[in-house]
Amino acid sequence: MTAAIWGISLLWAIVFIYGIAGSIDFGAGFWAMVFFKEEHASAATIANRYLSPLWEVTNVFLVLFSVSLVGLFPTAAFVFGNILLVPGCLILIFLTLRTVFMVYAHSIDRYQQPLRVISGITGVIIPALLMSVFPIAQGNFLIQNHGRLTLSLTQLFSSPTTYVYILLGLTSELFLSAMLLADYSRIANDSTAFYLYRKQAIWLGPINMVWAFIAFFWIAQSAPWLEKDMLSQWPWFLVSGGFFVLGYLLTVSTRENLHLRFRLAVVSHVVQYGCAMIGYGRAHLPYLIYPYVTIQDSFTNSEMFRALIVVLILGIAILFPGFIWFWRLFLENRAYVSKED
Amino acid sequence: MDHVHLARALFGMSLGFHIIYATLGVGIPFMVTVAEVSYALTGDHDYAVMAKRWTRGFTVLLAVSITTGTTVALQLSLLWPKFMQLVGQVIALPFLIEVFAFFLEALFMSIYVYAADRIPRRWRILSVLLVAIGAAASALLITDANAFMNAPQGFRLVNGRAVDIHPWQAVFNRALPTSDFHVMMTAYMAVGFVTAAIAAYGLLKKSHTERERKHQYKALMLSLALGGLFGLVAAISGDSAGKYLAKYQPEKLAVAEGLFQTQAHAPLVIGGWVSGTRQDVIGGIKIPDFLSWLATERLDGVVLGLNSFPRDTWPPLFLHLFFDGMVGIGTLLIFFAIFAWLVKTLRKQHEYPFPNWMLGVTVLTGPLAMLAIELGWIYACIGRQPWIIYHVMRTADAVTSAPYVGWMFVLFMLLYLLLAIGSITVLRFYFSRHPLSDDIDPSAPKPRRVVWLP
Ligand code: HDD
Ligand code: HEM
Ligand code: HEM
Repeated sequence: MTAAIWGISLLWAIVFIYGIAGSIDFGAGFWAMVFFKEEHASAATIANRYLSPLWEVTNVFLVLFSVSLVGLFPTAAFVFGNILLVPGCLILIFLTLRTVFMVYAHSIDRYQQPLRVISGITGVIIPALLMSVFPIAQGNFLIQNHGRLTLSLTQLFSSPTTYVYILLGLTSELFLSAMLLADYSRIANDSTAFYLYRKQAIWLGPINMVWAFIAFFWIAQSAPWLEKDMLSQWPWFLVSGGFFVLGYLLTVSTRENLHLRFRLAVVSHVVQYGCAMIGYGRAHLPYLIYPYVTIQDSFTNSEMFRALIVVLILGIAILFPGFIWFWRLFLENRAYVSKED
Repeated sequence: MDHVHLARALFGMSLGFHIIYATLGVGIPFMVTVAEVSYALTGDHDYAVMAKRWTRGFTVLLAVSITTGTTVALQLSLLWPKFMQLVGQVIALPFLIEVFAFFLEALFMSIYVYAADRIPRRWRILSVLLVAIGAAASALLITDANAFMNAPQGFRLVNGRAVDIHPWQAVFNRALPTSDFHVMMTAYMAVGFVTAAIAAYGLLKKSHTERERKHQYKALMLSLALGGLFGLVAAISGDSAGKYLAKYQPEKLAVAEGLFQTQAHAPLVIGGWVSGTRQDVIGGIKIPDFLSWLATERLDGVVLGLNSFPRDTWPPLFLHLFFDGMVGIGTLLIFFAIFAWLVKTLRKQHEYPFPNWMLGVTVLTGPLAMLAIELGWIYACIGRQPWIIYHVMRTADAVTSAPYVGWMFVLFMLLYLLLAIGSITVLRFYFSRHPLSDDIDPSAPKPRRVVWLP
């Protein structure tokens, strides 16, 4: 593997982690809005409790992504930065509103209701806007102008391709977050919330899968180069589908007392997305933005690459004990998860 | 406004907004650590209450500083893509290391806030200390990126391409020591005066009980002592920042003092309006030889004036007032802290030595300190103009070619307005619902020892 391939793998790994963590984060905001009524109160509480300590860590992954893109592929950062001003700023505005109001709601109980709506709605809008970067990276909607690229916003928001990607992102987000919240409810010994979230996962899973097929056929239409490469990556997509079936069967067959089985279901769905992402990422190579930017000619110099890798490894090694402690205290801790308000 | 100015306005507004919350975010965890340690050492419950209430305020502010920080980090790429392309090749390290500082802060902040009741006190102090270290590190690292923009090194440009790159040389650039030192000290100083202002405001309220007054008074003393102490160090660090400028960025210093002719025995000018056409400062107070002394430590030292540089690379002349504003506020606050210390020493027998007018002045010191931070950054950033990277890249060449910057400016302005109103409302509401009397527990055990800070 060349250094550039290592670099892009690292970047995809960050996208993957942010994708999973962000799905849970944004999805939990959405579910907390949907389940605000009395009879579902505990489900909303579970979603909120999951959110409280997690959003900061999720947010750092977004920053880590932009920093790594700049450090590893400076020229790609240049092109992306140059074209993404409007979608980027909109994402930032919604993200700011969402986060800040979530914290405000923590301090003022009376505002819980309206603030929950904000967090729920932005929990859908932000992933939608994030997903729109994928069709942009396929080279759609870009106009060459005095030697610099610009993005045509009217084309971006009027093209069906954009919405195909957005819906794929949203169904995945809601499906994954329902799975993880069900798992979290299970740890909390809250069977009402567990069955509620499991129910959502059970109907969302097939929809998500069907939409993935539709999206593929759409890609075949709009970006033949990508279709060809995706077909050659078929083993990854096949394995991904296999993990979906496995996870789905485990989910459907889980009852409350089968703890290990549900955890396995969650893991297989996460692996499912991992495999799909690897397949898609490999098909996208060598382009970061088709056909303008490839990973080789946007890659950073070798001194910077080496320095970045050293810093990354040292940083992760130093922070690792902190992560473990964090995990123990919040995500695996029955006392915290099921504590009364 | 043209495209570049709109982009500058948008970016400057975002940073100007972020920096308020970020500075508080650097200082408050430090104050909380001091309070927690004081509590551990003295057993005085008041310090535990301070730590608790400061932390409460901090969690609200932190949300704003994290989101606005994410905003500036991404806006850097969105508004100045050409600049970030070079950043990625040469000075990406501080940005990456900073991410780990954020992780550190975010992890231990969650632990300190959400798990405080489940971990022993020793670990609690350790977590808040790590929060303070994380915040300090993030400020130091981002300031390093800014220092690089002032003193770029570790690469050569050949036909617009960076070659011969040494990332660590870029990190340890010439501007790093002075600017990091100054930023850190001023942040601690400013937050000291902010908490002093809050305590003084509480003391001025008539409705308080004796017990609450005692608590506020302790908070006031601790804050003033730290603010004054760090103020002194901040002045020293500011002086070395000035000496750095004289050596490596003489245009910036010249514009700060309205100096046009390169000369020995250069005067220091306080106030006044710098006029480009008259090549002089109108109405300022001149102190002969003093600028030479400050810049070079010799009364006859030569200081470069603006005329030694091409006219189109002069920074805007109004910066003289920004610089004087920063230095003026700093000097005032230090004198005020010393004065307060004198009053306290002289009126030892009084339980509350400060008259009300002094408390009133203290309430003003907090906002003034924050104003000084703003003035300092605006001076530092605009003083570098027209360069985004000093003598390497012009701001106008770095800007994005995307349209709609003006609209984004309007949207972000509305957003920041909302956030400012929102965070003030939430803080007021929260603290009126949870008054001090709720936290001061009369049954708390008496202090084991005397208080170790005033
Ligand atoms: C409470 C805030 C505060 C106070 C009281 C002072 N400063 Fe300051 N100053 C800052 C807050 C600040 C800052 C916001 O932190 C800056 C902006 C950029 C930087 O590196 O620090 C700064 C920059 C800055 C610079 C420019 C450095 C550069 O561009 O590289 C100089 C020369 C000084 N300061 C000098 C002083 C002096 C002589 C002071 C005398 C008391 C002083 N400052 C007080
Ligand atoms: C340490 C990190 C910082 C970096 C990397 C940085 C970088 C920049 C850049 C790239 C610009 C655009 C070019 C320009 O117009 O000057 C800018 C402008 C500006 N920055 Fe900074 N800056 C930093 C810190 C700050 C802070 C903390 C403030 C807080 C007030 C600030 C205030 C401004 C302002 C007001 C402008 C607008 C200048 C104008 O309108 O002409 N900067 N800065
Ligand atoms: C170009 C300038 C700047 C950029 C790009 C920037 C970037 C950021 C980012 C991305 C965050 C959010 C961190 C998170 O996700 O947890 C943040 C927060 C913060 N920033 Fe800034 N920042 C800038 C200027 C400054 C300056 C000048 C200071 C200090 C003097 C500062 C101190 C902080 C602090 C203390 C936080 C608190 C939140 C945290 O550390 O998690 N920043 N900044």
